[in-house]
Amino acid sequence: MESIPFYFLAALAVLAALGVVVMRDPVYSALALAVVLTALAGLYVLLSAPFLAAAQVMIYAGAILILFVFVIMLLSPGREGDAPRGALKWQRPLAVIFGGALVAQLALVLLMTILPTGRGLYTPEYLAQIGSTQAVGAALFTDYLLPFEITSLLLLVAMVGVIVLAKKKS
Amino acid sequence: MSLSVPDLNFRVIAPALIVALTALIVLLAELVTPAPRKRWLGVLGLIGLLIAAGATVGLWGAPASAFGGMVVADNFGLFLTLVILLGAALSILLALDFVRAHRVDQGEYYVLVLFAVVGMILMATATDLIVIFLALELLSLPLYILAAFKRADARSLEAGLKYFLLGAFSSAFFLYGIAFIFGGTGTTNLMKIADALAKNPRNDLLLVGAGLLLVGFAFKVALVPFHWWTPDVYDGAPTAVTAFMSVGVKAAAFGAFFRAFLVALPAFAFDWRIVLAALAVLTMTLGNVAALLQSNVKRMLAYSSIAHAGYILIALVAMGASGLSSALFYLLAYTLTNLGAFGAVIALSDGERERLEIRDWGGAARQYPFIAAMFAIFMLSLAGFPPLAGFTGKFLIFSAAVETGWAWLAVIGVLNSLVSAYFYLRPIVQMYMSEPVPGWDRIRVAPLVALALVLALIGVIALGLYPTPAIVMATGGFLR
Amino acid sequence: MPVDYLPILVMIAIVTAFAVIALTLSAMTGPRRPNPTKLSPYESGMPPFGSARRRFSIKYYLTAVLFILFDIEIIFFYPWAVLFRDLGWFGLSAMGTFMLVLLIGYVYVWRKGGFEWD
Repeated sequence: MESIPFYFLAALAVLAALGVVVMRDPVYSALALAVVLTALAGLYVLLSAPFLAAAQVMIYAGAILILFVFVIMLLSPGREGDAPRGALKWQRPLAVIFGGALVAQLALVLLMTILPTGRGLYTPEYLAQIGSTQAVGAALFTDYLLPFEITSLLLLVAMVGVIVLAKKKS
Repeated sequence: MSLSVPDLNFRVIAPALIVALTALIVLLAELVTPAPRKRWLGVLGLIGLLIAAGATVGLWGAPASAFGGMVVADNFGLFLTLVILLGAALSILLALDFVRAHRVDQGEYYVLVLFAVVGMILMATATDLIVIFLALELLSLPLYILAAFKRADARSLEAGLKYFLLGAFSSAFFLYGIAFIFGGTGTTNLMKIADALAKNPRNDLLLVGAGLLLVGFAFKVALVPFHWWTPDVYDGAPTAVTAFMSVGVKAAAFGAFFRAFLVALPAFAFDWRIVLAALAVLTMTLGNVAALLQSNVKRMLAYSSIAHAGYILIALVAMGASGLSSALFYLLAYTLTNLGAFGAVIALSDGERERLEIRDWGGAARQYPFIAAMFAIFMLSLAGFPPLAGFTGKFLIFSAAVETGWAWLAVIGVLNSLVSAYFYLRPIVQMYMSEPVPGWDRIRVAPLVALALVLALIGVIALGLYPTPAIVMATGGFLR
Repeated sequence: MPVDYLPILVMIAIVTAFAVIALTLSAMTGPRRPNPTKLSPYESGMPPFGSARRRFSIKYYLTAVLFILFDIEIIFFYPWAVLFRDLGWFGLSAMGTFMLVLLIGYVYVWRKGGFEWD
């Protein structure tokens, strides 16, 4: 009973992800991606991580998806398959073989492994007590302080990069 | 809620911190620097790198960790930090005139180089997979931008895009590997992963994670069959950028590669040593054979860098103290030699025109005897001729392999070195035996580029003739 | 707790049902007399021109990326804000460092004209 929402959202995410790959029109792919990202937000909610879910919706389903659409429009959209191809024809079967092998391998390991049943520090009860956003904050500003500060440098580099590469020289 | 402040030992990350501060200062200075004075921003960057090198030396010999065991300052990490700082400083020397000749004279160039250096240093000193991943991104993102820095040149843009797409792809593998490792052990800290593994040696999730992590590392250091991006990116990127990334990324990524596999996963060594040995054989052989077929110097050096990644991988297979120190020495020797080789290409370029084809080098020895001689020495060092740095490095790696029972791998390495001699000698023959090619006017070699070449040359010869101090420094090992 | 999100689920169900019912009913009951004006997309009363599928200027991309970068910055404010008192001066300086780096980026983008359209 408890796992019904999980399987629903997981199936939705996988189906929509397939849609991203299969759709011929990149705009449809982007819309399918929106479904994937929202389904993932739902999964975060099920994991008692509503802050992550909110961040996921705001950053990924909101902002990054809009960027995707802009980039698609930037690249003069057309249906996939209109472009000439053929030079890389041999890549297709290879991609299927190696991709399939990787998926099979991962599936095999996941089926073979008895997932650890022990619970970590962040149980739903504990999170309900201190609050999910507080838990993220406590981790971010103590144990993960260095990664947090490195992130700011990463964002700064992205800013410099977008100006260097996309801004018209005055 | 009780919050415990982590151990904020800023001394431990001082080198990265100083370079990051320098980058921020240069970025702000770029806003107020008029166009003709942009090169002073590069000089500012050089000063920052020198101060960071001083701080690194100050940390030497007293291993310490900080931020809850996320970074360390052990001699392994500090040695690589020095190699990275040296490579960055020399490549800025090469770039100061290069960016002007190619009309990309912007302060952002140095800012991005400096941020990449921050990422490289953090990657070489990180002991937590999260920090390793963020550092990997922090070094990659500026390099994607730098590869595309010459916006007027479609080939540069293509290089940037290719590097970005494949780099992002490999980052996904890396991140997926971290997720599996976390799933299997409940931690991302390298030492704690080793502890978890000691308690419970059969851990399939961890094994899968390690495999995905290996793919991520293999992309970054360009191991066959994850090397496809290398020739196109090295060829298309501006030469000064190629010079920097060919040495810096190798030092940083191999640093994290060695640390992750030797600190966290020694319990799996039996499994991964065989895989890595096979990758080493593939990488050396394919790199050298493909380099034989190139007529373009930058592509030839790209395949040569792939082959050198294969040699360094032998040191990881060998494990142990001798393997570790030989890899560090090799990375130092490779940094000096490769920067010298790309530096010679920059030195003899006429404005935006570069001698990219090997036949363009015809008769260069007559016109530029000193540059040609230095280029020849760098080529000989890459090929592994004594008494140069490249020879000592190969000797150390191969003897480490023999010591630990991997003699057959060493034999393949030696055979590969013999093959490689052919394509390294080709430009030398061209320079000394052929007539000058018409269309190449006599140019004045930029003094700063010549200075960088001389510095690299001194290093290459000194490491070849008297390698002992560097070898002693390289035997520091990890803080576990 | 995930159970708290039940109202949202109910709302999603109601909204979906309303949309489906409204569209079906109007399609079933309404008369269908199409003409070119009715079939053209509604553009707030403006007559539409050209195709929507044309190349956009890279300026949109520039704006979108800058928006995302500052959006990500803002996300990090929430975990700090809820723990503002517990983290005290330490949290303030940690967040201050983070913001300072991005402020430098802001000044850089601003001076380079990244916020201007032309």
